Formats: sequence, C-alpha cells, structure tokens
Amino acid sequence: MPEVLKAPLVLEFPFTRSLGPVQSAFLTGLRERVVLGVKTADGRTLVPPVEYDPVTAEEIRDLVEVAPTGTVTTWAWNPAPRRGQPLQEQFAWVLVKLDGADTALLHVLDAPGPDAVHTGMRVRIRWAAERSGAITDIACFEPYDGSQAPQLTGHDGPFEEMVTGIVAPARLDYTYGPGRAQSAYINSLAEQRTVGERCPSCRKVYVPPRGACPTCGVATAEQVEVGPRGTVTTYCIVNIKAKNLDIEVPYVYAHIALDGADLALHGRIAGIPYDQVRMGLRVEPVWTEGGRYPDHYRPTGEPDADYETYKELL
Amino acid sequence: MPGMPPTREIAVVAFGQTDHLRTTDELSEVEMLMPVLHEVLDRTGLRTSDIGFTCSGSSDYLAGRAFSFTMALDGVGAWPPISESHVEMDGAWALYEAWIKLLTGEADTALVYSYGKSSPGSVRDVLTRQLDPYYVAPLWPDSVALAALQAQALIDAGDTDERALAGVAARSRTAAADNPHAQLSGARPPGEYVVRPLRTGDCPPVGDGAAAVILAAGDRARDLCERPAWIRGIDHRIEAHSLGVRDLTDSPSTRLAAERAGAFERPVDTAELHAPFSSQEVVLRKALRLDDTVNVNPSGGALSANPVMAAGLIRIGEAAARIHRGDSDRALAHATSGPCLQQNLVAVLEGDPR
Repeated sequence: MPEVLKAPLVLEFPFTRSLGPVQSAFLTGLRERVVLGVKTADGRTLVPPVEYDPVTAEEIRDLVEVAPTGTVTTWAWNPAPRRGQPLQEQFAWVLVKLDGADTALLHVLDAPGPDAVHTGMRVRIRWAAERSGAITDIACFEPYDGSQAPQLTGHDGPFEEMVTGIVAPARLDYTYGPGRAQSAYINSLAEQRTVGERCPSCRKVYVPPRGACPTCGVATAEQVEVGPRGTVTTYCIVNIKAKNLDIEVPYVYAHIALDGADLALHGRIAGIPYDQVRMGLRVEPVWTEGGRYPDHYRPTGEPDADYETYKELL
Repeated sequence: MPGMPPTREIAVVAFGQTDHLRTTDELSEVEMLMPVLHEVLDRTGLRTSDIGFTCSGSSDYLAGRAFSFTMALDGVGAWPPISESHVEMDGAWALYEAWIKLLTGEADTALVYSYGKSSPGSVRDVLTRQLDPYYVAPLWPDSVALAALQAQALIDAGDTDERALAGVAARSRTAAADNPHAQLSGARPPGEYVVRPLRTGDCPPVGDGAAAVILAAGDRARDLCERPAWIRGIDHRIEAHSLGVRDLTDSPSTRLAAERAGAFERPVDTAELHAPFSSQEVVLRKALRLDDTVNVNPSGGALSANPVMAAGLIRIGEAAARIHRGDSDRALAHATSGPCLQQNLVAVLEGDPR
C-alpha cells in the first residue's frame, strides 16, 4: 500500500464564557479568598454553588459563606500529571466537603504520597498567589491538622468588581490521518497529477475522492487520472482580503470540472482580468516549485466549453 | 413504575461491528464504517433506499475531524435525500431516537450506526471537554481520574476491593476470547496503577471501531430475521452533573431507566453492561439487581473493546445477537455516557418463545 499520510493537528480555543449570578459570586469570592455556597429550599448548602437546584430545578440565589477547610469524601492518586492539571508533581484528585457544605468540590490535594491520603482526612485550601476569579484560584488542597479555627467573614455574595466571565483555554493534540483515498489523492498531487476515484456502481469519478460514493454508498477504489485541463462551471469574485493570504483582491475563485471528473473542485483563477472570467472558460493548473497542489489555474486559450458539456456538473 | 408498554412491536433484526483496533491509520472514518453498514444491509437484503430512517451517533472531538458525521453519510448513500438524523452521543441514543421514530409509525425500518476513532487523539484528555466548563474542565480531570474517584468511593463503602475489581476485568477478557471483534481478549495481569486504585487492567482499551444495527417493525421484522430481538422497552435517565452532589457508589438513573424499560418485571438471562471501568460494573450490578444467575457481558464488554460512541450501541447489538442465535430469551442492554456513569440507557430485548 502507498504511504498513508499523517500530520500533527492542534485544536486550540480560548473559550470565553459568561457567568450566571451564582457562578459570578462564587468565582469572585475565590479571588477574594472567600468560599461561597448556595442554599437550597430544603436547607442544604451546595458547594460549588449552582444556579438551579439539581433536584427541583428551582432557581436558587441565597449565598452563604463556608469554611476553607473540609473533609475528603473520596480520592484517587495520580502518579503521572497530565497537561493542564493543577499540580506538576504527582498528587491526589479529591472530592472535598468543605465545613458548612453538604456537597463536595472536585480539586487536587498536594500530599507526599498515596499513603498520606485517606477518605475522611482533614484538608484546607491553599490559595493561588495570583487570583483572577477562576476555579484555579484554589491552587490545591493541603493536609490540615485542625489547630487553627478558620476565620469566616459571614459574606453573602456582593463584592467590588464582580467577575462576569471566564476565559477557559482548551487545547487538544491529534495526529490527523486522512485515510486511504485522500492520502492517495494528496500523494498524487505531489507528483503534479490529479487522481480521482470511480464508483464501481454509477461509474462517476470523484475528485477529490473521499473513499465512498455518496450516491451509492459503496467504496470507490479504481483510480482515474483526470485533467490536467478543465472547465470553469461557476465562479465568484473575491473582494475581501483573507487574513494571512498574500493575494491581491479582487480575484476569482471558481468551480472547475477537470476533464474526466464528475465532480467540480475549486481553485483560484489567474492570468486573466477578474472581470473576464466566465462560465465555460477552459483552464489548466499552474504549479509552483515544490508546491503540493496547484497554485492556481489559468486560461488555456481554447474556445469556451459548450454549456451542454458541463451543465450536470454545476 | 414501568412506563407505558410500546404501542408497536419493534425489533433489532441485524447487528454488525468492526474488529476493534488500537489504530486504523489507513482508514478514514467513512472507510472504517462502510463495511459494517454493508454487513447489516446484506444480512437483511435491504438497500439504502428501503430504509425508512437513518440515525447515527459520533463525536468530532475524538479524531479532531470537523463534520465527520456528514462525511460518514457518504457511506450510507444519502442521495436522493434520505430521512436522517445524528446525535453527538453514543449510538445507543441514536437507536433510541430511531425506535421512537418507528413507534410513531412514520417508518417501518431504521438503520442505526455509530463509530469512534480515538487513535488520532488522547481520549483521556478529549473527554475532559464534556465536563462543567466553569468549575471542573479547567482542572483537566481525565476520564481515568474521575473513574478512580468513583472506584475509591466503592472501596470505602465496602462494595468492592482491588482484588474483586481485578476479577471483573479477568472475567470480561476471558469471555472476550469467544469474541473475534474484541481488542483485548484473554485474562492478563492487573498491571500498574494508572490512577490509583485503578490499574491498567481496570481500564478499557483505547481504540477505533464502528457498529450498525437495523430495526424493523412488526411483520417486516419477522420477514427480515428468523428470530427478531423485540424491544420491550427503552428508557434513559441522567444524574445531576456536579460529581460532588452524587452518591458515586449508586446509579439511581440506571435503576429508574431499567424500571421504566420494564427490566424488573421478569428476570433477564443476559445483561450486556456498558461499564468501561471494572468498578462501574459493581455499581451497575447493584442498580440493576443482577445476581449470579444472569450472564453478564458474555461479549467481554467495554473492558475488551471500547470504541467511544459505539460501545453502548454494541451492548444492544450483542444482546440482540444472542437472541437472534437462540442463546438468550430475555436480555438487558445498558449504555452509558459522561463521567462516572452520568447518563444511562437501559433496553430490554426478548425473543419469541421457542
């Protein structure tokens, strides 16, 4: 089998999220080293607090301060921290029921080893040195011997300069593989050949091929070289410069049916004034040194194709 | 209280799955999926144009491939336009949607499929992106870590211990020796801790795979299959999304779904449980009141092959296939989604008396 292509792919987004009033108070509180819970109608205190009662779905807004100390309700020792996790050295994941709360908060515990951790152990919050109003304002929990009683301020929610949103960066790394059909197509392009695949049932030639005939639902495998010349089936004039693209506007982007293909692909048209491009124009690819795909298509000088020859490909 | 009995007889009449593999670099998703679509169509003699409704389940995040479900439709042959839907969930939920569609009488047959390619990414990290984005996801707690918190809670409660968990894993992979599609088969040592108390052996293999099912109603089902696996009920329920609000040692959502699906009306002889981690089988056995008379995960379960987004549909397919073959008369199939068994679906399947 010819080379199957693979390439690194990083998906990275800075998700900007707005907060509801309860979330806003909780995260602002963390910035100020105050932990807030929310009271439900039946008198329970939920930490971390939510906007709606998880049992009744009732809107809940009654905020109450709880202690920065608490008890581990379950734990798990992580011997190999992963990217993004709060501690770089091995640590314990913990659910902690803070004193004054009826539910547990997920976070991490800095402890020397698994033998130093057990369910029921007492812990307290270690605050991050720099805090912005995020769950990571809690750097981690640490073991707590209970000698000092925590100071509560009796806070009930309002702060100066409330945090109203968070930016949560997310990154996932992949090794992208396009599969057999698209690998073959890309490998052929590198040799300046355009190779589609024919459906064994309806005989259509798909360019680029994706491995299946979308009409018949069967695998395409028979490789068919098409082009290099083709016909503009339709086009548009681009008047807005794309970011990071060094092409003067206006330019023409077109659907091009390569000779022998039953599906038009798209490409840029150059070598002709933009306002002279037309349906039926005959074009050929222009390759640049070392390019893995045609840089653009230019007129061949042949007479225009008859509409009847490409009307099914529009 | 059980839900209303279904108003129309609907059965699983065919099931197919790929071999589940650690990597499938040479295949795009549609290339991986197409053989199982053809397998279930061939088994019933149906063509795409005969299918009344098509529904699929998958997630673009797994392989980092935008709109992969539209590309996957190429493998169905969706032209002229078909009646089609997709869920960003395990295929078991796609089957639920298709079952409802058939119950309404709008269609007599349905094609359900799902697929997952975990090999291009890191599924432990990918799954963190389904968590609460405000309080949880910024900590990047991976799927094994969250399952380990649940496992420790079960150990603390006296519901299990590490040895019993290793026993679940060994039993599953021994059973998988009879499953040619399994990724891991044959008992193996428990291995090192991944996140303590879970060891390598307690965790599912990471891999790629796909599955497909055909549903049919009434006499159509009898025409297409010698012994249809009649769906007596399906229900799905969800827990509160905050982990710290839940009792991680129990699964009230599974129990309620089972009750609504009619699972407790009569004993089942087989249960296919979607428990990706050994500890989760402990929770499910308790919630579903399964005793030693029930054959649990004769396929090897998700500990033997866990193509994410397909593993739940495969539970329904495996349960149905046992009924087709006459190995079961009444089977329960379960599918899960989310961290620590957050959302659970239960289906009850029966064969006609022999």
